Amino acid sequence: MNNPSDPSLDTPLDLENWSCPMPLRDQPNIVMGHGGGGRLSSELVEHLFVPAFTGTALSGVLQQLGDAAVLEVPGGRIALSTDSYVVRPRFFPGGNLGDLAVNGTVNDLAVAGARPLALTCGVILEEGLPLDELGRIATTMGDAARAAGVSIVTGDTKVVDGGHGDGIYINTAGVGVVPAGRDLGPHRVSTGDAIIVSGPIGMHGIAVMSVREGLEFGSEIVTDSAPLNGLVESLLESGADVHMMRDPTRGGVAASLNEIANSSGLGMQIVERDIPVPDDVRAACGFLGLDPLYVANEGKLVAFVAAGDVDLALETMRSHEHGSGATVIGTVVSDHPGMVVAKTGIGGTRVVDLPLSEQLPRIC
Amino acid sequence: MPVKYLDEFNDPEAAQGILQDISRIVTKPWALMEVCGGQTHTIIRNGIDQLLPEGVELIHGPGCPVCVTPLETIDRALAIAQQPDVIFCSFGDMIRVPGSTTDLFGVKSNGGDVRIVYSPLDAVRIAQDNPDKQVVFFGIGFETTAPANAMTVKMAQQLGLPNFSLLVSHVLVPPAITAIMESPQRRVQGFLAAGHVCTVMGMGEYEPLVDRYGVPIVVTGFEPLDVLEGIRRTLLQLEEGRAELENAYPRAVQSVGNPAAQAVVREVFQTCDRAWRGIGVIPQSGWRLADEFAEYDAEERFSVTGIVTTESEMCRSGEVLQGLIKPNQCEAFGKECTPRNPLGAPMVSSEGACAAYYQFRRAAQPVA
Repeated sequence: MNNPSDPSLDTPLDLENWSCPMPLRDQPNIVMGHGGGGRLSSELVEHLFVPAFTGTALSGVLQQLGDAAVLEVPGGRIALSTDSYVVRPRFFPGGNLGDLAVNGTVNDLAVAGARPLALTCGVILEEGLPLDELGRIATTMGDAARAAGVSIVTGDTKVVDGGHGDGIYINTAGVGVVPAGRDLGPHRVSTGDAIIVSGPIGMHGIAVMSVREGLEFGSEIVTDSAPLNGLVESLLESGADVHMMRDPTRGGVAASLNEIANSSGLGMQIVERDIPVPDDVRAACGFLGLDPLYVANEGKLVAFVAAGDVDLALETMRSHEHGSGATVIGTVVSDHPGMVVAKTGIGGTRVVDLPLSEQLPRIC
Repeated sequence: MPVKYLDEFNDPEAAQGILQDISRIVTKPWALMEVCGGQTHTIIRNGIDQLLPEGVELIHGPGCPVCVTPLETIDRALAIAQQPDVIFCSFGDMIRVPGSTTDLFGVKSNGGDVRIVYSPLDAVRIAQDNPDKQVVFFGIGFETTAPANAMTVKMAQQLGLPNFSLLVSHVLVPPAITAIMESPQRRVQGFLAAGHVCTVMGMGEYEPLVDRYGVPIVVTGFEPLDVLEGIRRTLLQLEEGRAELENAYPRAVQSVGNPAAQAVVREVFQTCDRAWRGIGVIPQSGWRLADEFAEYDAEERFSVTGIVTTESEMCRSGEVLQGLIKPNQCEAFGKECTPRNPLGAPMVSSEGACAAYYQFRRAAQPVA
């Protein structure tokens, strides 16, 4: 295999000619944090994948680093998204991997302003996975797709040797149509915009954590996994001037707000007391030493709405089953550009930084 | 079941009330030390230090357990975790603490079996489930984590588990307070003692310190109102010229502590001199496994030799941990030293003063 004439095997990777290799040097191997949705994840994409893929015809779209890409095609625009689902455990309170695999991709398309049409389903199965589990996950995917009004239209199945996988990995890609006239993105986020979350945060991450090996604790919390395309349609069709949306999954609301602060060049000011956190989530975060702002959601969105349309946006969202807890948590400001600052419960302030990787439970 | 106290002890109106009280009490500058990293986290996360009257300084003490764990112990942990057939279990925030060359995350990415557990007893369960592996738990912390860590050894003994061992590096609060008060550079005029430590150990150990050094010591909790109340009571004592031991955390702390927990700790551990990272050896400031439990000592079981430790030359975490400088007064803060590339342990744990400043304080106080 190690043919000296094959430069791809013989020559060490020339990181100097890539964009800015410095951050990647700290970790010579992939660490779990590279998949955690924090700074390590974004640096891997920015400094390794994007430079490698640059030069293809539509690489400008890639460089926007969205969870979904919006492409001009004859007759309109389509949005394209892909996501892989590797959550462990596969079954958790209120759902399983199948819910996430459908809703996650549907939501990435929806918050880009697209109407999701169809999904692909690629599964990598590990030898030995009980057929019953696969059946339950597939059934859940079908139910979720029907609930979201999308079709699963093609797929692929591979099996790897026992010990070379984690039971099942699912990848879904999705395509949706962006209606004419919709313009969403960081370029539209402006000073004075209200920051709205569609409901209580932190539920999915805590539900999964409550059954994770080594961390099991008693909890009533179930995942909030839900398709958001209906909510997004209602909101955008209401006429409210929505500037941008994101679904705050890995890294939680903090990661989404940091990403948008960074890409819009504006500051985000949030009020901790206004952030809806269920009591159980707050309690679990309290004893694990976690911050709910960094905990994953799978059925929530963050919307940036023009100040004058806040009431209309809230009323519209609250009348929808997946937005009934919608509330304003903060404002876009011109101070501290690129930074998210929270007013704390007792009246102080703090920076809400982009997490480095997944949060680690604290010692005591 | 919902835990209601979290909201009650975050109440902004009550906080304002205590802050106004503090403003009324204070007539001159005072320097207080919160010993515990959990309190440092609460202070910086909630911006409490910014809300205090000018002249009231909070010095962040050496009470972040992962920060003061000696480098040699971390290097030993890394060496053990790299051995084949070892499952190395640790509290979460120990995983990224830098050793001389790598950290436990690095060991994991190189194929080591490193697992985060929330309860030390989970490590015992892992040992039960994996009889063909050696399972090691990294038992660090102050008196707070000691009872559960001690219980792992008791359980392993009861269950007859030959494959479980504990790598112990416990540290104790009262000797640290003594060291701070004996230091020629001492500036601290009053202490907020760590409430959870006293939940276990009670308050008896602190009476002699109050008497010997004439400093107020107020046992303090961890929610924002707890910390404010601890600060208020300490300042009141100082302004009135009193030095007493007070309990501002009575909902969790009884003066006798938890006798059952103390008993298991006394049985399993014995007092020893301990090197504190960044500070140096403090006499009789640690616990190690008692001789009767030596067979469960990971240090004995894995005789790792040839550990050569190298600390970063730029890192001033020792001065931070002794309260001599604030994290952002270190030249490396936010530049060479960040949470992604920590030069010293206080930049790692969310209880570490440097990480707390980095995460929550960059906008308010630009790096000097």
